[in-house]
Amino acid sequence: MHELPVTESILKVVLKHAAANNVSKVVSVKLEVGKLSDLADEWIQRYFDYLSKGTIAEGAKLKIERTPVIMKCGACSKSYEVNVGDMKEVVCPNCGESGGELLSGREYYIKDMEVQ
Amino acid sequence: MEEVRLIEVKEEILADNNKVASGVREKLRNSKTMLLNLMSSPGSGKTSLILRTLEGLKNNLRLGVIEADIDSTVDAEKVAAKGISAIQLRTGGFCHLDASMVTQGVNALDVDKLDLIIIENVGNLVCPAEFDTGAHKNVMILSVPEGDDKPLKYPLMFSICDVLLVNKIDYLSLSDFDMDALKKRVLALNKNIRILPVSCKTGEGIDAWVSWLKEAAAAYIT
Repeated sequence: MHELPVTESILKVVLKHAAANNVSKVVSVKLEVGKLSDLADEWIQRYFDYLSKGTIAEGAKLKIERTPVIMKCGACSKSYEVNVGDMKEVVCPNCGESGGELLSGREYYIKDMEVQ
Repeated sequence: MEEVRLIEVKEEILADNNKVASGVREKLRNSKTMLLNLMSSPGSGKTSLILRTLEGLKNNLRLGVIEADIDSTVDAEKVAAKGISAIQLRTGGFCHLDASMVTQGVNALDVDKLDLIIIENVGNLVCPAEFDTGAHKNVMILSVPEGDDKPLKYPLMFSICDVLLVNKIDYLSLSDFDMDALKKRVLALNKNIRILPVSCKTGEGIDAWVSWLKEAAAAYIT
């Protein structure tokens, strides 16, 4: 729902790094977005295509990697992955304790970009 | 054709917002004002809860309210009618508040004369969870008619809040809402969250919420 402001931030970061690295064209950008985020990949690309028109990032392909939701068990401290479609059963497979601390799944990160 | 090379970026997408949010927190740390971000779906009782909170706290803490509304000033007028400083931010279609919008609200209030500012975020369980507003505490409301399955649909929101207020408990006897199932689902996502059942209509549970708020504000100032 809020893909537009997020995409504006992505473009800003991309152009900043492009300017600092003497880039003539941005080919692709690799993003890491946690699976807990409701961002729709398709809309980020569409907004990016629109916002980047006339910049050196025009036409760049966004490669979005979804990082898994990992919980650390509150009882035995083992970490385990949770299926986002099945949040009803957040149970440690090792000891059966319910819930714990969220280690990953909320990422909003630009990893690297391919440029010319 | 020019050769393609790789540049390491390693930067948070929302780094700018996070920086502005830290600025808000620092400013309010200096004026000893606690900022509380209140989130929920539309119609779950944010404005009613704020009005109840103002009544419960007005002899203890000096309050201000930042209201976010897509295109009206109804909520701010209700709060201002109670004699409380209220700022209305018109978000004009935005689905959430970000730290820059909150900065505008904070700058419009006389923070040196306030102990607590409550932000009434845009009614939405998705987007507000993703943007740091600069608040010191995040609080959400889930109302009984919305159902006990909401933590399964909006896990991020439940995972980032310090307090969950379950409002409209006066409807419990009429519904199949399962409070124990809700608590289990929420605690599985966030074991540190405080769950407080309330009714803004009857006033039930409001004392426990007001006590939590007073303790949190006292702990913040020291």
